[in-house]
Amino acid sequence: MNEALLRELVPVVIGVLVRRGADFASAEDAVQEALVEAVRGGAGESPRDPKGWLVTVAWRKFLDAARAETSRRLREIRVESEPAPGPGEAADDTLRLYFLCAHPSLTPASAVALTLRAVGGLTTRQIARAYLVPEATMAQRISRAKRSVSGVRFDQAGDVATVLRVLYLVFNEGYSGDVDLADEAIRLTRQLAAMTRHEEVAGLLALMLLHHARRAARTAPDGSLVPLAEQDRGRWDTRLIAEGVDVLQAALARDRLGEFQAQAAVAALHADARSAQETDWVQIVEWYDELVRLTGSPVARLNRAVAVGEADGARAGLAALAELDPALPRYTAVAAYLRERDGDPAAAARLYAEAARQAASLPERDHLTRQAARLNARLRASS
Amino acid sequence: MAKYLLLKHYRGAPAAVNDVPMDRWTPEELAAHVRYMNDFAARLEETGELVEHQALRPEGTFVRGDGEGRPPVTDGPFAETKDLIAGWTVIDVDSYERALELAGELSAAPGAGGEPINEWLEVRPFLTCLPTVIE
Repeated sequence: MNEALLRELVPVVIGVLVRRGADFASAEDAVQEALVEAVRGGAGESPRDPKGWLVTVAWRKFLDAARAETSRRLREIRVESEPAPGPGEAADDTLRLYFLCAHPSLTPASAVALTLRAVGGLTTRQIARAYLVPEATMAQRISRAKRSVSGVRFDQAGDVATVLRVLYLVFNEGYSGDVDLADEAIRLTRQLAAMTRHEEVAGLLALMLLHHARRAARTAPDGSLVPLAEQDRGRWDTRLIAEGVDVLQAALARDRLGEFQAQAAVAALHADARSAQETDWVQIVEWYDELVRLTGSPVARLNRAVAVGEADGARAGLAALAELDPALPRYTAVAAYLRERDGDPAAAARLYAEAARQAASLPERDHLTRQAARLNARLRASS
Repeated sequence: MAKYLLLKHYRGAPAAVNDVPMDRWTPEELAAHVRYMNDFAARLEETGELVEHQALRPEGTFVRGDGEGRPPVTDGPFAETKDLIAGWTVIDVDSYERALELAGELSAAPGAGGEPINEWLEVRPFLTCLPTVIE
């Protein structure tokens, strides 16, 4: 059976089982088992009603497990003949699952893992590979997360903001493995956006689409990072950009600005520039002002300093930077960039080398080291 | 989530609080120590934070290439002079504070007299493979 289709059905089928009286943790296990059976070919080539098939098999798995565990529990379960929910209820169930899996009582890592399994329909092994931890560890993380939310009522409304933070993490901290976590984050955010008219859901979706559109241009064939200004804009995905801009404009029109919409607006302005020189940095600074006002985030202030450096010159950027805490991640890298633009390659080379030592990721470290090496070579040649 | 290496040294770290070599412990003290370490690893797995747990034998040799067609040059072991790594635990945790907390627990494994060793462990963050996507 088509794996993508099956995975879309996972939250819906969990919802059906929970409505029939299963607890969330057991329902989730049962649906995973049914999924494994379907992928193995247990359902034949393509059953006419994949959802019906998955519900039947998952329910049987659930009953088997419940029987094995205790016969007492069975009496609390409502009859099997209860009608399947209509499309509206199915969407509600899926939405509730998003809230449950992002419950504030969970740590971010647990919420991410649980969301990928129960809403995304990924297997524990796929999630473990994506985050480079052993499968046993990931299995424990997920079952612990399920225990943590076992007391939470399924029909309790949740906070969209917590769900968005989880999806943002999935998008932004993806690693490796056979699952493309950025694609997966977009799929889950798109699905969420179809179920709710929340402006920030649209904002996050737009942000993801606009960044994803640049993905092919962001890395050189040797794996090294290509900074925005040097990217081949012909390799940006115009279809994703158009979609991202549409989603963002519809959200902004509702006039309830939030941090993801503001970030997406910055990304849209970059996407809109045919060359780095044509970037509307003045407007970007204004959006960062909004972002700082909305969040007070030091990271937003740091990005604002970069934008100010482009809009009003390196000197102005350095002045904006001087107001910030030098302990901020990437502060030194920004300082190096602005120093070079200000015509001080010696200071910039020293700062780039220091920034490389502080970098949190290999590609970033290598990129910063190359910048330092480039400047040092130039300094040697001119001396 | 971030991965950290908790590094244990045979040599090269400052002296532990309870600094009695293992070969002078009683069998019961040794057993208690091993139990503590196993429990620690099991607990980390249960919390979904364990990546791996490895111990190294103390002998080691320095090796380097010596040009094409020539066998590599070996040297050492450099007795008593070099930093010597005993083993490590890799954890995947929500924060640096959590990494420190776990290192503190690991350091407090019981030693001589059943008292915590409180040895010095080195906590090192991993460089991640991919940068964050959103610039």
